[in-house]
Amino acid sequence: MAMTMRFFTYASPPRFYALAGALIPWFWIAALVLGAAGLWIGFFQAPTDATQGDAYRIIFIHVPAAWMSMVLYLVMAFWAAIGWAFNARLASMVARALAPTGAMFTFCALWSGALWGKPTWGTWWVWDARLTSELILLFLYLGYMALVNAIDDTRRADQAGALLAVIGSVNVPIIYFSVKWWNTLHQGATISATAAPKMVASMLTAMLLMTLACWAYAFAVVFTRTRAIIVEREREAKWLNDGAAA
Amino acid sequence: MIWNSAGEFFAMGGYGLYVWGSYGVIAACIAIDALIAIKRHRAARAATAANGENN
Repeated sequence: MAMTMRFFTYASPPRFYALAGALIPWFWIAALVLGAAGLWIGFFQAPTDATQGDAYRIIFIHVPAAWMSMVLYLVMAFWAAIGWAFNARLASMVARALAPTGAMFTFCALWSGALWGKPTWGTWWVWDARLTSELILLFLYLGYMALVNAIDDTRRADQAGALLAVIGSVNVPIIYFSVKWWNTLHQGATISATAAPKMVASMLTAMLLMTLACWAYAFAVVFTRTRAIIVEREREAKWLNDGAAA
Repeated sequence: MIWNSAGEFFAMGGYGLYVWGSYGVIAACIAIDALIAIKRHRAARAATAANGENN
């Protein structure tokens, strides 16, 4: 009983606002430290690749961005669904806060992928399953943002967005398994949960550090945006107007 | 140290345009994403403060 109450404590906008405000600086510090470490190892420790030369170093931002684009979408869909199912307005606010950062990472994955593809594959773009489904992910993010902003009634907007987000979630496993299910130009999985990685340790370490850095960054920015949305929506609330909020 | 000079580092074995083109644009995107979010929060707080004074 006590656990349940503590869990739902932060469903309250003012409490979440305060907690997020306290955590954000730590997320930024973590992002910068992990990012610096990841880039240091990626650019100064990891060796040059036998086939791709130094072009492969794009991997240290391309893969983390791609992973973030998928994870943030699922998280966005999750909170949007919770907000809809339980009429939990903070959950809907978090979903809206996730979208721009998720879209940003999707663009970054596509951009860095194109710049990696040109010297290595000989092309900026190809309509294979992985690239096409990642592009669709970008459209889903943008569509979600456009949809929730187009509807004036906040609650209806949140609900419509939740429907789009949840239905669009089917795209994420498609992106992930595309290299296994179809014949793609994009290479298959190098890292698996069950088998030993087929990458040099320093490359893998750099990639994982950069992923953690992107995750910490995402927390920092998404929490900041959530705080902004809370203030925008709770404008009339006493806790904001009587100077209690930090 | 795998780079013998700063020049080598920036050249990235001939792939400098692609590598720095990736990291540069992404760094800009990250900075813009963060700054817009921070500005949005500040603007919202300012609007609420102004609203509070008018009440």
